[in-house]
Amino acid sequence: MNFPEELWYTKSHEWIRMQEDGSAQIGLTDYAQHELGDLVFVNLPAVGDVLAAGETFADVESVKAVSDVFSPVTARVAAVHEELADTPADINNAPYEAWLVRVENITAHEELLNAADYEAYTKTCTVE
Amino acid sequence: MKLLFEESVRGHHCDVLPVCDVPLYALPEKRALPLRLPELSENEISRHYTALAQQTHGVNDGFYPLGSCTMKYNPKINEEAAAQRGFTALHPLQPEDSLQGALQVLHLAGRYLCEITGMAAMTFQPAAGAHGEFTGLLLIKAYHRARQDGKRTKIIVPDAAHGTNPASAAMAGFTVVNIPSGADGCVDIAALQAAVGEDTAGLMLTNPNTVGLFDKNILTITRIVHEAGGLCYYDGANLNAVMGIVRPGDMGFDVVHLNLHKSFSTPHGGGGPGSGPVGCKAALTPFLPGGQVVETDGRYAWKGSVQSLGRVKMFYGNFLVVVKALAYLLTLGREGIPEAAANAVLNANYMKQQLADVYPMAFSATCMHEFVMSLALLKKDTGVTALDIAKAMLDYGMHPPTMYFPLIVHEALMVEPTETESKAELDRVIAVYREIYAKALVDPAALRTMPLHTPVRRPDEVGAARQPVLRYAGGGL
Amino acid sequence: MGSYVANTTAEQQSMLSAAGFSRMEDLFADIPEAVKLKDGLALPDGKSELEVGRLLEAMAAKNTVYRTILRGAGAYYHYIPAIVKSVTGKEEFMTAYTPYQAEISQGLLQAIFEFQTMICELTGMDVANASVYDGATAAAEAAAMCRSRKKKNVVCVSETVHPQILEVIRTYCFGSDSEVILIPEQNGVTDAAALQQHLTAEASCFIVQQPNYYGNLEPAAALGQITHAAGAKYVMSINPIAAALLPTPAECGADVAVGDGQPLGLPLGMGGPYLGFMTATKAMMRQLPGRLVGETKDADGRRAYVLTLQAREQHIRREKASSNICSNQEWCALTAAVYLAAMGPNGLQETARQCTAKAHYLQQALAGVGLERKYSGEFFHEFVTHSALPAADVLQALEEKGILGGLPLSPQDILWCVTEMNTKAELDETARLVGEVGRR
Repeated sequence: MNFPEELWYTKSHEWIRMQEDGSAQIGLTDYAQHELGDLVFVNLPAVGDVLAAGETFADVESVKAVSDVFSPVTARVAAVHEELADTPADINNAPYEAWLVRVENITAHEELLNAADYEAYTKTCTVE
Repeated sequence: MKLLFEESVRGHHCDVLPVCDVPLYALPEKRALPLRLPELSENEISRHYTALAQQTHGVNDGFYPLGSCTMKYNPKINEEAAAQRGFTALHPLQPEDSLQGALQVLHLAGRYLCEITGMAAMTFQPAAGAHGEFTGLLLIKAYHRARQDGKRTKIIVPDAAHGTNPASAAMAGFTVVNIPSGADGCVDIAALQAAVGEDTAGLMLTNPNTVGLFDKNILTITRIVHEAGGLCYYDGANLNAVMGIVRPGDMGFDVVHLNLHKSFSTPHGGGGPGSGPVGCKAALTPFLPGGQVVETDGRYAWKGSVQSLGRVKMFYGNFLVVVKALAYLLTLGREGIPEAAANAVLNANYMKQQLADVYPMAFSATCMHEFVMSLALLKKDTGVTALDIAKAMLDYGMHPPTMYFPLIVHEALMVEPTETESKAELDRVIAVYREIYAKALVDPAALRTMPLHTPVRRPDEVGAARQPVLRYAGGGL
Repeated sequence: MGSYVANTTAEQQSMLSAAGFSRMEDLFADIPEAVKLKDGLALPDGKSELEVGRLLEAMAAKNTVYRTILRGAGAYYHYIPAIVKSVTGKEEFMTAYTPYQAEISQGLLQAIFEFQTMICELTGMDVANASVYDGATAAAEAAAMCRSRKKKNVVCVSETVHPQILEVIRTYCFGSDSEVILIPEQNGVTDAAALQQHLTAEASCFIVQQPNYYGNLEPAAALGQITHAAGAKYVMSINPIAAALLPTPAECGADVAVGDGQPLGLPLGMGGPYLGFMTATKAMMRQLPGRLVGETKDADGRRAYVLTLQAREQHIRREKASSNICSNQEWCALTAAVYLAAMGPNGLQETARQCTAKAHYLQQALAGVGLERKYSGEFFHEFVTHSALPAADVLQALEEKGILGGLPLSPQDILWCVTEMNTKAELDETARLVGEVGRR
């Protein structure tokens, strides 16, 4: 399992990549995609939507389940990774490249973990 | 198997219609798209569907213990009764005088089902269980609205409920309040007590519940909801276990939907048509969709209500399915109905007891018409999942139980044998189940490759969902 | 009494003992005594098969089966080829449940896949689902598909839609707390100017029926353009027989096209079971409710069919699902597919041609005996007459000769329907009988 150092993580298994211009990309962690299994579809928000920290903003579908994706930050959607709707497998294959949205105007955030803390946290998540 | 479209040969056809005996009329606008339907002779069509039938497993092909679906035998007299021209050739908008027998069918079936459920009136408009749920919830909504009690916007649903319950509540405009189940799969009374309030519109429940147990606290549960000003909705999916033994109305329920295709033996048809009549107590009767058939001196007539919530389906619902269910109700009658329930429960408990030393049971209590096994331990020890066990059963010519439901049990298989299976068949099935479990212990890898002898093997469901191909798009036409 | 329990009392007793019980009553020990039925059901005793057969024969005999039917209004009398009943009577299809176990359900799954394809071909639309309850619920579900989270969700419906379909849409909208706005008619078709006026920014969709309730042909393509210009989705509810000849919903710009499949091989049956078909553009595929069958490969690389895109559905999304529907009218969809295969493209179009030819023949004949057509535009196989002759007298005169006349819409107006089932002789006779009423 992969936990890149330069990213921040949430306990609901999203990652956030802060950019120099103050915007940020959000995606699902390697741990999340592993738990969810083969993803078959992604429901994404629209550009201009305002996301609230801790609230769901997207969902991902596997064959027999659907899971909400929660926003680590309160912010406005600046870009949406539309191609993912056609290639959801990218999330399974390269979770840290398969960003879902890029957000800007970040005004608040959830509790964020660094890579080491998140890795330790995933070990405490019980696997059924 | 080739598709009809791949078998099509230009010019092949069936001669069905005579030459038109009046002058043709040319419509001013025509479709520009060619009509690319398959072209086949009658023999080719007949063989095609015979081959498809051979790749389809129905109740008549073998054991079909699909939990919560009640796949009992579908009696043939039901089909004969419903196939009469006196029913099939009736236009739904014929004058009332010309439909007296059809109205009698609805009236009589309604009386039987009201007696079985303890309800005051019944509508046959809903076409299926989910449609019945939606209708029943609209009744609850209309009832509170009529009492100017508009703040009642929440429907309480236990987390063990079938997904349809919350989906139906949402469709009817309610907010869903999920409450946890107790360790025994029954309603957690404290959680219910905490959830009810002035905003409670109602509670949706099955009893026997989704894990196959009868909730002993049922009178307490319905009292709590009523005291809070809410109504109680009975999901009739599991009525087969208790029909003629105990009635939803007596348990305190105000609205109920039935599945004529489950409890009352009408065929499932590969996923429909079913029939999901909804019954209710007198206080809700004025809100029922459509009218009620009333009888006066042997004459039947429709009686409407100005407070009716409207209509959930064209005409009178799946009428021919109601004819089939009525044939069944008349056949079983007063003693046959509880006899069917008791034997459904007996068959389930017998199978459960004969398997319990091998398959871990999710709940040890006496089950009703179905029981839940958990393969969580087997998965942990061998990697063999409930899915693998189910797929192995396919090689033995039997339909597997319901998989991965209820959600509150891990690696669940839910078995509902029904009352129409004989002891000899159950014994044969029990031996197969035990053989499969033994095989899983010694050769888990083999289980994961099964089935081997079915028309196709495990399909790639991920591929199907990622790149949906929902129609034939090739040539050949 | 009748029973379908196989086991003898002795077998039941041995099973009871094996399971650790002594009496049948013990199985229900968990049910509180206070709620159990004390004296059993207040119902008649059970009956033998022979008795049940006789009872239901007597009920069927009380109904009138008309030798000639000239009534439609949502239920259409068409010929059903013998092959249809032969195929749909196969017990494998009849007694199976939903094809959850694809490996032993390929026949059923392929039949649905073929049905989906045929409905796409008929409508010109990109995708079709495995069917829903009927045409009315299909229209109501179509309105739900068009709901947008950015609008108030006003549903606009033409006044020329079948009143029962409208009632079902209203009832579903009572559930979802959506508003329904009726677009008025003019000369028996949707008033385009009124549509333009009523389609506000809050409108999520406009629903029209083609041919409409009065049998008239709507300017479907033009209505579609008006709808799209207002930013709403365009929903067409169509008759599948007429669709064989008319411009397809796809050509008219429909986002969603639905209809009742009853004319495709299902008997009138007092109104059901029928089936609703639902189609959409590719862009709206994921909003389609209900089952979808997709093609894939099995573990050995062979072509196989499965239920797919299930994560849209209620058993997974629970309260977030767009619809609660769990089933389809599979046996009815199978019927429609066999019907379409038996008729073929030429047979289906010939059926449609005969319907419209005979309807126009009767319309002319009735006009000759005092039943003038109420509207002036084009119609398919239904039309409304208006006359000084009381509708009740006309229908009574036909009834006496075993003819079910058109549906009375008012004391003076009658909605007639003619199909390939009606012979020239029947139509001539009908006109003659109506003429006699006029001369009385």
